[in-house]
Amino acid sequence: MNLPRIRYGRRLNYSDYLYNFFATLTGLTIFNWEFFKQAFIPPYEIAEIKKHMTELGVKTLGIVSITGFIIGLVLAMQSQPVMQRFGASDFLPAMVSLSVVRELGPVITALIFAGRVSSGIGAELGSMRVTEQIDAMEVSAINPFNYLVVTRVIATTMVLPILTVYVIIIAIIGAYIAIIIVEPMSFEYYRSSVVQAIKFGDFIPGVAKTFVFGYIVGLVGSYKGFSAEGGTEGVGRASTTSVVLASLLILIFDMVLVKVTLWLWPTI
Amino acid sequence: MANNLIVVVENLTKRFDELLVLENVSIEVHRAENLIVFGKSGSGKSVLLKCIIGLMKPDAGNVFINDKNVLELSIKELNKVRKDVGFLFQGAALYDSMTVRENLSFPLKRHFEKMTQKEIDDKVKYTLELVSLEEAIDKMPSELSGGMKKRIGLARSIITDPALMLYDEPTTGLDPISSKEISELILNLQKKLNMTSIVVTHDLICAEIIADRAIFLKDAHVAYEGNIDDLTKSNDPFLKNFFSHDIIKV
Repeated sequence: MNLPRIRYGRRLNYSDYLYNFFATLTGLTIFNWEFFKQAFIPPYEIAEIKKHMTELGVKTLGIVSITGFIIGLVLAMQSQPVMQRFGASDFLPAMVSLSVVRELGPVITALIFAGRVSSGIGAELGSMRVTEQIDAMEVSAINPFNYLVVTRVIATTMVLPILTVYVIIIAIIGAYIAIIIVEPMSFEYYRSSVVQAIKFGDFIPGVAKTFVFGYIVGLVGSYKGFSAEGGTEGVGRASTTSVVLASLLILIFDMVLVKVTLWLWPTI
Repeated sequence: MANNLIVVVENLTKRFDELLVLENVSIEVHRAENLIVFGKSGSGKSVLLKCIIGLMKPDAGNVFINDKNVLELSIKELNKVRKDVGFLFQGAALYDSMTVRENLSFPLKRHFEKMTQKEIDDKVKYTLELVSLEEAIDKMPSELSGGMKKRIGLARSIITDPALMLYDEPTTGLDPISSKEISELILNLQKKLNMTSIVVTHDLICAEIIADRAIFLKDAHVAYEGNIDDLTKSNDPFLKNFFSHDIIKV
């Protein structure tokens, strides 16, 4: 697999930046194709996938819990006075839960996940690349792409939807706490309002797109790490650019997937 | 190709953009021979090793290992050839996330699927004994010194009993005593396991201990070839200058 080399240095001109843009796009496309080619070739590293899933889940659980709770809390606090002004306070649980389920939960979790995991994968594989550990694997007749990349991409693709469902639940709890600080509302009433508001067509597209986001996080981090060069500076660059690129791609794909979702479920 | 040749490099050329690193380099390595590749820093020694094992693709030329042209093999066929080759990297390239035991058992688990866990453990312990580091078995690479890392790297490279070993600067960054120990270890292992070795170095002590034959890369070509004495005692001004420092006898 020959990935196009990115130009680095302090004296890059516009043509270099343009070249780097297309080189990154080409590199990601090649990497993506390689993933689908190799994901179905044995050996299937099930133990390694499980290990990464556990590690990634544990690593991000704390930060996504806090983020989810704050999203729900702040969203409810911001919306409450406005809803009251229009005499629609009863719709507050439905509004908050729909916002969290359809958009905020999946996207914010994916962005936090990208910040935490994509940079970690970029740094880890980048460090393995510059210290010749990936080459060592290759000369030992072990396929480093299969062992290092395929396992991580599958793990991120599987873990992010699970984390998203968890964040949605935490955010809805956070919103309830924000509501009861201002006015009394029984948990039973809140729960039934939320359950009535969220339909299958709200929940499934929201969570389904996180499979794509998880794939992006794993693929971008692995691509940047795998193609790292230039010693410790290269490792730092791989880590930073992983986050930037993964976050940008998540937002671009979100835009596309929202359109696709609305096309598939036009009535919602 | 003569049957006693394990590696044949024919007219190898490699350039990086405008920089010509190797041009029409040809070498032959016989079975059970220790070949030293000398050269100044940046003379293409490591590139030569990486082209031999297929980590880098040369711009022209051929590389044969056991009569198989490495450059024309599919990845599956190349991996079959690689199973018979060990490579010690300059920085040892131990997998940081694995213990020494896991580093050594990793290639065994991949290539010898019929081996039981006990057989793998026994082989790991035996190989660690060969490099005199049995006590490091459960340590992480970050807990090892530079010399220990090299020894463990060496143990990992020989654990699959390769017929050919490639060494990229095996003694760089080590003190003279450790350097001599590693060099003697390489020689002992080569004798014990009847391996062929290609050693890239500019360490004269290492070369004097190991070498059966040596070549010198200069200006992208094999400039000199012969036994170690031929090179060190040569009247050629360049070689005289290169080998002029006093050799520290440890």
